[in-house]
Amino acid sequence: MPSSGASRVNEFLHQLASGLALGGVYAIMALALVMIYQATQLVNFAQGEMAMFSTYFAWKLTDLGWPYWRAFAVTVVVSFLGGIALERIVVRPFAKAPVLASVIVFIGLSLIFNALAGWLYGYSTTDFPTPFDGRPWFGQRYMSAHESGSVLVSLVVLALVWAFFRFTPLGLAMRAAAQNPTSSRLVGIRVGWMLAIGWGLAAAIGAIAGMMAAPIVYLDPNMMAGILLYAFAGAVLGGIDNPFGAAFGGFAVGVVENLMGAYVVGSEVKLSVALAIIVGVLVWRPSGLFGRRIVARV
Amino acid sequence: MTGTAPRTLLTLALFAAALAFPFLASGYHIYQGAQVLILAIALIGLNLLTGYNGQISLGHGAFFAIGGYGAAILTVKLGVPYFLAIPLASLVCFGAGFLFGFPALRFGGLYLALATFALAVATPQILAYKGFDAVTGGSSGVTLIKPRAPFGLPLSADQWLYLVCLACAAILYFAARNLVTSRIGRALVALRDQPIAAETMGVDAALYKTTCFGVSALYAGVAGGLSALAVGFVSPESFGLSLSLSFLVGIVVGGLASLGGMLFGALFIEFVPNLADQLSVTFGESAKALPGAIYGVLLILAMAIMPGGVAGALRSALRWASKTK
Amino acid sequence: MSALLEVSGLDAYYGPIQALFGLDFVVEEGGVTALLGANGAGKTTTLRALSGLIRRQGDIRLGGRAIVGLSTEAVARLGVAHVPDGRGTFTDLTVEENLRLGAYVRRDRAEVRRDFDRVFGYFPRLAERRKQQAGTLSGGEQQMLAISRALLMRPKLLMLDEPSFGLAPMIVQEIFRILAAINRDEGVSMLIVEQNASLALDLADHAVLIETGRAAMSGAAHMLRADDAVRRAYLGY
Repeated sequence: MPSSGASRVNEFLHQLASGLALGGVYAIMALALVMIYQATQLVNFAQGEMAMFSTYFAWKLTDLGWPYWRAFAVTVVVSFLGGIALERIVVRPFAKAPVLASVIVFIGLSLIFNALAGWLYGYSTTDFPTPFDGRPWFGQRYMSAHESGSVLVSLVVLALVWAFFRFTPLGLAMRAAAQNPTSSRLVGIRVGWMLAIGWGLAAAIGAIAGMMAAPIVYLDPNMMAGILLYAFAGAVLGGIDNPFGAAFGGFAVGVVENLMGAYVVGSEVKLSVALAIIVGVLVWRPSGLFGRRIVARV
Repeated sequence: MTGTAPRTLLTLALFAAALAFPFLASGYHIYQGAQVLILAIALIGLNLLTGYNGQISLGHGAFFAIGGYGAAILTVKLGVPYFLAIPLASLVCFGAGFLFGFPALRFGGLYLALATFALAVATPQILAYKGFDAVTGGSSGVTLIKPRAPFGLPLSADQWLYLVCLACAAILYFAARNLVTSRIGRALVALRDQPIAAETMGVDAALYKTTCFGVSALYAGVAGGLSALAVGFVSPESFGLSLSLSFLVGIVVGGLASLGGMLFGALFIEFVPNLADQLSVTFGESAKALPGAIYGVLLILAMAIMPGGVAGALRSALRWASKTK
Repeated sequence: MSALLEVSGLDAYYGPIQALFGLDFVVEEGGVTALLGANGAGKTTTLRALSGLIRRQGDIRLGGRAIVGLSTEAVARLGVAHVPDGRGTFTDLTVEENLRLGAYVRRDRAEVRRDFDRVFGYFPRLAERRKQQAGTLSGGEQQMLAISRALLMRPKLLMLDEPSFGLAPMIVQEIFRILAAINRDEGVSMLIVEQNASLALDLADHAVLIETGRAAMSGAAHMLRADDAVRRAYLGY
């Protein structure tokens, strides 16, 4: 197929832009995973389905006629509280259980959220609104308004999370609790609550990821399986104990996935790119690009 | 052990009942019976890995798929008879499992769960890959012909296939039983519970774990191959994440580190979705949510109150009964 | 003097194993009590039991209030600052962040700022290293950081577990001099576990000798110092 050099460059830039847009979603999902990992050395396999469920909640609100940003804000708050409740009620009893039991509980949670969404909202694919419609931003042609907005939202979330952990006493206490629970309790930090708040934040961030992804991948109960996988890949690539490494990894995976899909393996098998990244990184550089080391919790 | 004689009797009685079943039940029920046996084989395999050796796999559907596609391709495209195709396909699975076991050694625990989860999610896409269309049939899959009973035996195809499954299940069950009660089995359990101590006592962790992965995949492969014959069809969507997760549900409900319990696990994951299908006739689409909901709740409940699954509950009930006697 | 901490009949357990058997002692308001004894006698265990880090029963009263059923966090919030063995440094955080954690539960910001200046007065070296990662400090500096973190809690009772452990003699001297000053000038009561019995007895007014989880002897510090058996076994002369 004859195509001019310019249009090939355009096509490449377009793919790159789409990769960045979804990469932002992966980045903040990876950040949510890291938040729980740092505190418990566990990966929450239910994170994706929790985010999907939050997204349905937001959809319900907009469907009732709520303005987008109000639905967005309420969803984030409700997800935060839901995450806390989930930690206190379901996850807490397994705090001292072996990894296998925790993984099984997380899988159980993900099945429950998937079933709940299917039961409440049905299994058909639905459109999800975006607040960023209209013409592409800044007069460029490579990135739709929603894609630009989504990247912006991801970056804002990253900045807010960074500021929260860096500058607020609660953020400091959460870092302390994750690092040294005993010393934290000795200065009066309620470590159990810090874990619960971590779950709440992860759920809230996941909700944002879901709401940014849904206009692109459409809303259905299985929408997050692939996204969670890419977020895993991003977290593993960047270093699962390093929030900003993981976020970088998320963006990188988004770009790599899109370019590989467009030029190398074909878009139908893009998920295997994530599989290859996960296995490859774990084999050759288990700590990821920016992680410190993997502490084996056998 | 005092429990040995009754246990042998129970096993024989179950086997006799299973043998009689295809001559008493109707066609569809025989097919379902075969499915239960097939799932039990896969669950025994996964339980060797997860229950006994403590390696988490969320992606055994992939090995099930290799067995299924292997059997389909060998019989349909290459004309290999099914009784050779299944062993061959399961050997391929052993190889695949063994090879996957190598990187798995380095991950351990959580990371293995991550990697196998990725495998489970990616499997349907890989199976549907256009580049393999000629062999795998792409997204439409491969259709198989159900084998007939040999030597002019007066058995329907369903009955014959059921008996083949029963024979495979029985052989693989006893093989697994022997494996876990042997020195090797004890080493596998030791690597699960006391990895460092086991290694210092001279257990070659790498060899045992990768081999365990291979054997586990082989079981999944046999099950996948038999399933392809029983269903008469393989396609990418049947080997997705939900299949892998239902295996996990099966071993947890049946009982981690139990072999007999896998029959319960298999019955469970065969009939719960079935029940949901029947309910959806009356209750509509929302009944589709039922299996997932039941699975999820049971996984969590099992971990909270019944970590031994059905097998563990039965065992403690028997112990309680014999004490109160 | 009235008693700030009264402990009577304290039992403690590591899982199923009992480690303390009916321990009795007091820390006077503004006083210093030293826990002496050999390795494994139960000194660290006693501090852990008081902080609620391990299962314990008996009667523990802080200013007359029973605290035996309380969580570690709650005990800390009542004004018990426990400097654990190994110093409990938050190694990935900066020196300043470690100190801010000490003041985590306080709301009196102006006072906290004054307390920062006060601990930097005691340990000027920490002021120089405010922005440094705490894990990169020397052992002595980490001990100073741990004591400072505890002081920022504005504690009624400061519990110190082996503050001299692994430190050069000069640093130990300095730390004990400052501890004495803190006790004298600010009236902070202390419960101190120390291998170096001579140092501890210099600082303390009361002392308890623990052997295999039981109080073998207790009383005024000068009394224990004068005891022949204590002298031979723990003071080494």
